Amino acid sequence: MPSLHALANPARFLKIARPLTPLLFWAGVLLLGYGVWGGLTQTPADYLQGETVRILYIHVPTAWLGMSGWSGIAVSSLVFLIWRHPLAMIAARAIALPGAVFAALCLATGSIWGRPTWGTWWQWDGRLTSMLLLFFVYLGFMALVRADDDRGGDGRIPAIYGIAGSVLLPIIRYSVVWWNTLHQGQSIGITKSSIDPSILWPLWFTLGGFTLLFAGIVLMRMRTILARTKAEARMRRMANVVEVMA
Amino acid sequence: MKAKHQRLTLGLLAVAAVGGASVLALSALKDQAAFFYAPGDVKKDGLPLGKAVRLGGMVEGGSIQRLADGVSMRFVVTDGLATVPVAFRGIAPDLFREKSGVVAEGSFNPDGSFTATNLLAKHDEKYMPPEMAGKMHETKTLKQ
Repeated sequence: MPSLHALANPARFLKIARPLTPLLFWAGVLLLGYGVWGGLTQTPADYLQGETVRILYIHVPTAWLGMSGWSGIAVSSLVFLIWRHPLAMIAARAIALPGAVFAALCLATGSIWGRPTWGTWWQWDGRLTSMLLLFFVYLGFMALVRADDDRGGDGRIPAIYGIAGSVLLPIIRYSVVWWNTLHQGQSIGITKSSIDPSILWPLWFTLGGFTLLFAGIVLMRMRTILARTKAEARMRRMANVVEVMA
Repeated sequence: MKAKHQRLTLGLLAVAAVGGASVLALSALKDQAAFFYAPGDVKKDGLPLGKAVRLGGMVEGGSIQRLADGVSMRFVVTDGLATVPVAFRGIAPDLFREKSGVVAEGSFNPDGSFTATNLLAKHDEKYMPPEMAGKMHETKTLKQ
């Protein structure tokens, strides 16, 4: 895989990431804006849920990114452990915060939808509980990364945690199939959805928009981490020079 | 090169172990993680008497009876395998209706009926505009 190796070089990565970041960000904002406009003004209300159905245009993308974010952390961790690419762990660290934010947004929007639809803000249902656990796992990962940094670790322990945490992903995905849950089953598929096309279409725009935005934020954060590492290295060098001179 | 292959093997093993752990958790928790009892579960395993439980299923068509006091109602919950008569006193959620999913919180009585203290409407995975729902949609089962 020559292309992957080429990207593992931070200088080359930066050369690509610098123009890509604003591109992803603004394309995401544009798609998201169009999807939100469509979802708020152009689609009919649901026959049972009424206007509440519109939360789906935010809830589904945040759920998707909360879970995709952790898939990204798990894959990056694996790449880091096997091929020792330093950029892989930087990617995992960059994903953690936006991933946690999206998982939290998923829980919040779900709760707001659940009150009028189910008649409750929260229930200890299989889907809801496993998603809440994923949010806590994100927080744990961020704490672990920081602790590992402070101890001068090489990132191996957070990477192992990143792989182990992915145990939740299939549980979240299949909780509504295997267990009795309050949360409904899968509505959206690539080929077949049980949501009428007239209601569904803005979702593809918000889904794409949030995903591009997420990617843009991750690239931005990766560049920040790289810049900080570089600055720290320079400071250390300067401190050495000062010591030698003194 | 050899060390890298070793790490690759270990990594793949780790992924397999994580996948296995998910499957084990999903199947081992099947009973404990169930959010509610279905009427068929109760018929098969006996009544879970003396504790607060949830009963989930479909509200049988034509079974909702509102009592004269205005706040009490009776209805029948079914899952196609068995039925349970439910008595409830209180405010039902807007989406509570016949031929639709419901989760009732409460407890079983020795005669097999259920006394609910709270009702939750279970929404299904179908979404459509009102004009399409003319034929009055119904949810067939809680399992897809």
